[in-house]
Order: sequence, then structure tokens, then C-alpha cells
Amino acid sequence: MPKSGQKAGRKPVTFPQYLVLNAERYADRTAMRHKSYGIWQSWSWAELFEEIRAFSLGLRELGLKKGDKVAIVGSNRPRLYWSFCAIQAIGGVPVPVYADSVAEEMVYVLEHAEVVMAICQDQEQVDKVLTMQDKLTSLQRVLYDEVRGMRDYDQEHLFSIDSIQARGGEIFKSSGDADWLEAIDQGEGTELAVMLYTSGTTGRPKGVMLSFDNLVISALNGNAFDHLDEHEQTIAYLPLAWVGDHIFSYAQAYTAGYCVCCPESPDTVTEDRREIAPTYFFAPPRVFEILLTQIMVRMEDAGKPKKRMFDSFMAHARKVGEPILNGEPVGLADRIKYWIGEILVYGPLKNRMGFSRLKVGYTAGEAIGPEIFRFYRALGLNLKQLYGQTEASVYITAQPDGEIRADTVGRPSPDVEIRIDDASGEVLYRSPGVFLGYYKNDEATRTTKTEEGWVHTGDAGFFDQEGHLKIIDRAKDVGKLANGNLFAPKYIENKLKFFPNIKEAVAFGDGRPYCTVFLNIDLTSVASWAERNNISYGSYQELAAHPEVYRMMEEHVDQVNRELAAEEMMAGSQIHRFLVLHKELDADDGELTRTQKVRRSFISERYEPLIEALYDGSTSKHVETEVVFEDGRKGKIAATVEIREMKEHAPSFAKEAAE
Amino acid sequence: MNVHVHPTQEFRFMRPDDGIKQGDPLLVVDNISLSFGGVKAITDISFDILKGEIRAIIGPNGAGKTSMLNVINGFYHPQKGTITFRGQKRSRMRPHEAANHGIARTFQNIALFHGMSVLDNIMTGRITLMKRNMLWQALWRGPAETEEIENREIVERIIDFLEIEHIRKTPVGRLPYGLQKRVELGRALAAEPSLLLLDEPMAGMNLEEKEDMSRYILDVNQQFGTTIALIEHDMGVVMDLSDRVVVLDYGRKIGDGTPDEVRNHQDVIDAYLGVSHD
Repeated sequence: MPKSGQKAGRKPVTFPQYLVLNAERYADRTAMRHKSYGIWQSWSWAELFEEIRAFSLGLRELGLKKGDKVAIVGSNRPRLYWSFCAIQAIGGVPVPVYADSVAEEMVYVLEHAEVVMAICQDQEQVDKVLTMQDKLTSLQRVLYDEVRGMRDYDQEHLFSIDSIQARGGEIFKSSGDADWLEAIDQGEGTELAVMLYTSGTTGRPKGVMLSFDNLVISALNGNAFDHLDEHEQTIAYLPLAWVGDHIFSYAQAYTAGYCVCCPESPDTVTEDRREIAPTYFFAPPRVFEILLTQIMVRMEDAGKPKKRMFDSFMAHARKVGEPILNGEPVGLADRIKYWIGEILVYGPLKNRMGFSRLKVGYTAGEAIGPEIFRFYRALGLNLKQLYGQTEASVYITAQPDGEIRADTVGRPSPDVEIRIDDASGEVLYRSPGVFLGYYKNDEATRTTKTEEGWVHTGDAGFFDQEGHLKIIDRAKDVGKLANGNLFAPKYIENKLKFFPNIKEAVAFGDGRPYCTVFLNIDLTSVASWAERNNISYGSYQELAAHPEVYRMMEEHVDQVNRELAAEEMMAGSQIHRFLVLHKELDADDGELTRTQKVRRSFISERYEPLIEALYDGSTSKHVETEVVFEDGRKGKIAATVEIREMKEHAPSFAKEAAE
Repeated sequence: MNVHVHPTQEFRFMRPDDGIKQGDPLLVVDNISLSFGGVKAITDISFDILKGEIRAIIGPNGAGKTSMLNVINGFYHPQKGTITFRGQKRSRMRPHEAANHGIARTFQNIALFHGMSVLDNIMTGRITLMKRNMLWQALWRGPAETEEIENREIVERIIDFLEIEHIRKTPVGRLPYGLQKRVELGRALAAEPSLLLLDEPMAGMNLEEKEDMSRYILDVNQQFGTTIALIEHDMGVVMDLSDRVVVLDYGRKIGDGTPDEVRNHQDVIDAYLGVSHD
């Protein structure tokens, strides 16, 4: 049993201090699980403490010192999570890196952060780091988790985590852990805890420095807001380098003492989530979209009676599910029907998705389609939205229970102040979670964070009558058409993306006579549609250019135009012309960020001929596009892309207002 | 219960060492002849497979490659000649005896149980290593249960090794061809073979699948120390993977040596590789 030796009456302020505390108060509670060889392996907090202590002592022996930066490269593996705490216990600073980034992207971060060590998941990541060795002058040691394929490497500067832990275990046996605990005890909340590089929709990634206070206070507020305690279970599957994962799978888990489960492999997350049935779950809208699409595709193939039962009960759920969830009064007959539906449809459906025990689910990052959002809410799942940023340690606003809207991001989170800039409409906030600054980039820090501690989000938004924040778009993206009408690209793109058949949309129009869009089809859903309608195709490219697909897209665009026509602010920015792109927008080609957001300026440059074609009246355009594979090789795809003209709808809002 | 199996521990086969030193002959084929009626499939072929190597058998269609593999694992009985495996000379052996002695194979046309899951298919590869009789297994208590758990662990390690966790419970018939091939390799590995025979492991695969499969074959060879004999038509793959190559043509051996030697051998060029384009 560990002796904390914690100063009397002092609350823990760092994660290593929380580890010591949890090893005492929740010694036998499960802290972490990992599915390996088909079985869920688990560690209690007491065991976790021992593992991390051995790891940490081993790292210290290897020469890691206070203030040293350590890169962590890989997917959600227990040892990589342990490494956060093991490094912090010595006063080092973990720098998680997006594991799927190509070598050049990674080298920038590792070089900029001046890492002295890199902890990699497997041979693939070790290879990436080793190819950049010449540029990384500060890098001294590389550690790896999975031994496979590593036997032929020059082992002089390479160490397996196993061997480091074994060494740490010996040190503990021979000289104990008093000095190590002492060092943990001296940790201060104001110290730098972690550096997270933002994926950067523009320019180079910036290293956001977060202190223990930032993370611990935000995590405690988050726990209190959603009543999270040591009984929660969550599944860790989002990139380690993303602030959300750092908060949900590390900061909140340590402060609340709940259990984090690591999936077997990225391909098995859906199956693993079903087995774990998390009580607290976060996913970007895309995950919920994909889940819903999969269910709908399967229901299309289901037998008639099943399909009819599903449709009938889902219609009922849409009617009364949300009011029941929000605790509003609902008639007895409706409640009974909902209860039967729970047994026949909703329950099995939730079980299928792994949401049987879900207490709170969050989605953020992008706008979620109102239909999708309502579907999950109707099933009785407490899915909510939040608005956050790396610079804020996630939480800026969140929706309190019972006040859920599909189109807002909720009220300011605990301890967060928000104001809207009068001139630009930009949202600014101030909170205990506000970051220390960007690493080695004072200029960027000054432009983002004012002296009074207000941080510019870069997003334009406003508060509605109920005090909920609504985000329209990135402030700098909101523009004007040549005729003076407001142009909010994201707003239009989101409307398009709410159709399951459209995966991605990019709108253009700032300073132009009218609005145009690029569309990306969603392969899962369009392919299934093609199969049902006997449409044959050989490749993504061929399917995207199919006349029937174009006709379907035309209907979707027309529907969006009709909706836009009904809104006063947006009626002027209806879509005049559109095209369906011949390739999927991809992060490897730099078109999306690693968090799957569109990089607008890059796309405008890359596809300039296509944009010009959208405005010069031509009906098709031949393009050649270079593509980059994950290993850095390059290839080319050529295609002739068709352009379609759309009818504009007469504004319909004026009539409504007059009535 | 917290049993921690370290994912990082390297997995080695449990089958006891066969007592043959690395680099010594594991299998010696001596003067083998095989004919079906009047058709001579194999004529006086001799070669050896050394322990720990990857040995390729190549040749044009109908050269007798698959017949040779069938002879090695006891499916065909040669009219003439002997085979020495792990120091034991024999002229006749049944396939199940070969399996018991540690020879496993995959087939040119996938021969899996299509209605069964990946896991169950690989589990069948353990059959020769299970000792409990059918009655015990039907009862599934005590020793049979322990045995199943032990065997399941090895199967799980193979699943992990071949990175097919996501299809563990999927019926094999629903899988694409490339994955089925990988499952078949998994089943052969489950027998913890000393000698693994692969009959065209990359036939019908695309480039990416071939790269994956090559990686697995090399890993099996290095990590498990399994000796491998393979038939393959993709010359690039053969030359990259194998330590030594034996070339057959019309049932005769026309070349034997390292990939470089074989590549430059005039008979081989004439018979099979065609005229060099340099």
C-alpha cells in the first residue's frame, strides 16, 4: 500500500498526486482496462500506481529530468497513458503527437518541442521517428511498447517499455520510492503539465501549454457538472494528442477516479464499446452520423415486419422520447407505448451501439445534424453538445441536463465568463482553464490572449433569448457576397452535410457574385444506395461522377436552397452552382486537419481551376490532382468533373413575417 | 481476477524443440519419383530444406510443384525415393501423421470451413495438439476446459500476430479473399509447425495484400523460427523472401541455389523466367 506522505490537509493539485490519492482511496477499484488477446485485462488503481511508479523510476534512471519534453506517439494503449503520469511525476512534460501524421508533420512538432525522448507504440512509429533523427538534435532516446519486428534494430538508443519498467522495479526494491514520492508531493498546480499541438486549420501547429491547474480545475468542474464519479466507465479511442481525449480519458479519470478502457485495435472500437457499454462517452458528430447510417442501412435490408416495427416505434420515440428524457409531462398511454418500444426496439438498438448504460454522452467539434441529434435523444440517450477549445482545456460552454437544443452549444460552463465582441461578433472567454501560452510563440499568444486573460476563440456567435450560445462560423470565414449579402460558409456546408449521402462540403462565395459548393459523397451510404438501385460502378471516382448520383445531389442542394430561402440572413446566399469532387478530401493530402476539419484556404489553392470553372459558366472541367499516401509516396488522379446549375428559390421568410 | 498478459511479450511456439540445429537439414528429399498411371509428375528429384530458412519452389505451370508439396506432407505416396524429416527416414506417411510430426500447410484454393468463424477455423488447427478425447470435450469440464483455455490463448496470440482481431467472430465465408488467405495461414500456424508449407500464398492478391502477406511470412520465419517452404508465381516476391530456391520443370529439377544464382542460371532463364531484358 502506497504511503502518500501528502502534506496534511492539502488537496492534490497534480495528476501524480491524484494517482497517489486514488491508489489509497480506490485501491481495489478498476482504473484501466485493455482488451488484449480477446480478453479484457484490468488494472486497479493500486496496480496502476505500481506500474507507473516502476515506469517513472525507470525513466528517471534513463536520465529524464524536470522540464524535459517527451513525445508520445501512438494510439490508445495503457502504457502510453501511464507514460503521461510517469513523466509528470519526475517533472517532465509529455507532448502527445497525432500518430497518423506523416513524418514531415511529426518532425515539425518534435523539433519545435525540443523533445529529449520519444515513447512510441510500435515499429511503425519508431520507424517514423528514426527517419527524422538527423533533424532532431535534442532527441536522445526512443522507447517502444510493442516488441514485434524490433529485434533487428540497433538497440543502443532504443528501449522497450518493459525493460524500463523492469529496471524501475529493481530500483524500487533496492532503494524504495521515498524520494520519488517526495518529488510528487512538491509538484505545484501552476507548473506546466502538458503541451498539446493544435492541428491548426491555418499555418503551422502551435504548442498549447496547459498547467496542472488548468486541467485539474476544468476536470473537476466537468465532473461536478455531469455528476461523474468513480463509478463511470469510458472508452478511450480518440487521438491522444487531442485535448478532448486528454481531459476525458486522463484528467477527468484521475480526478474522479473512474475507469478508462482501451480498445483492442482501432478497427474493433465499435465491438469493444458494445462490450464495455460506457457510462460517459464522447464522440465527434461524425461518429454518431456513421453509427446512424450503419443502422439505417441495416434496417433497409431487414425483413418487412421488423422494418415496420422499427419505423412505427421510432416515430413514437421522436414524438415523446425527448420530453420523457427532459422530465416533461407525458401521457400514460404514450409512456406505456414508449416502454414497450424500449423492450422491442430502443433497448436492443442501444445495446447494439454500446450505449445501454450511457449516463452522459457529448458531441462537439462540429455542428451535428438536428435529425441525428434527435434520433439519439429520442432513444432516451442523454446526448449533449459542448463547445470547447484546446486553449480552454476543453470546456467553454455545455448544455445542462434538460436544456438541450440541437442548434446551440449550451450555457457557459462553471467558472467560465463569455463575452461577444461587438464589432466582429467573435466569442471571447475567460476561465481557470485558460492556457499559459503557446510554446516559443509569444506573438501568437499575444494576439490570442488579452492581458486581462480573455481568449479569442476565432468563432463568430451570439446568445439566444434563453442564454444559450449559438456558433455560426469561424469569424474570419464569415464574409460577404459581391452583392453585399452575408456569406457564412460553414452554415451552408453543415446544412449539406446533414444529408447522409454527403460526407463533406466546401462552400465558396466571399467577394464573389454568388455562392457555389464542392461536394464529397459518403461512400458507405451512396454505395449501399447504388446497390439497391442496380447502379454499377468501378471506383469512388466513377460513382461520384454518376449521373444518378448527380441527380440525387441536385435534390439535396435544392432542399438546402429552400431552407436558406426561409431565413432572413441567409436567403441571399443560396447555392447557384455545384460539383461533386472526384476524390475524397483527405488529411494525408492536407485537405483536412487531423481532426477532420476542412482546410479552406488550402483547398481553394489546390482546386483553383475548379473554383474558376464554377464561376465562368462552363459545364465541366478536366483536372489532375496529386495525392499523397501515408508513407509519403505520391500519385496522380485525373478526372473530368461536371458542374450543375441550380434554380434560386424566392425568399420565403418575408411572407411568414407578414402573417 | 487480474491476469496480466503483457502484449509486449514476444510470442514463441510451445512445441518442444525438434533437436535439429539451426541451418542443419530439417527435411531431405532424395530421388523422389511420382507418376499417375503413365504420367510422370515428378522424376528423380532431390533437394533439402534447412532449418530456419525460407525455401521457395518455383517452376512453370504443371512443373510438379504442388505434387512435390503433396509428397512432403504425405498426401501422395511416391513410387521411388525417400524423405527424411527431422532425421527420420520414411517412404510412406499419411497426412495426419505428417501433421502430428509438425508439418502444416495452406492450399492453393482456400480450404477453410466457410460457415465457421475465424476463431473456430484457427482453433481447428490445434486439433492435433489436443489430448482429451471426444467424451471429455463434450462434457467440457475439468481437464478439457483447461485445455481449451490453453489452446484459446495460443489462438488469440496468432489472431493478434496476424492483426485480425476485428474479424475474430466473423464467418470466414463473408471475408474478402485476402483476409481468408490470412486466416488460412493462421490455422496452419496454430499447429505450431516445424515446417510450414505454403502453396501460392499470394495468388490473386493485390499489391498491398501481397506486401502484408510477405511481412507476415518474414515475421513467422523470424519470430517463431518456423522453417517455410513456399510455392509462388510472383518472382519479385520469391526473390525477396526466400533464402534458397529450387526450380522444377516438367517434373525435373533444373536449378537449385540462392535467388541470385537461380536468376542467372541459363536453364532456368530458358525454361521459366524468359530471356533477360537487360
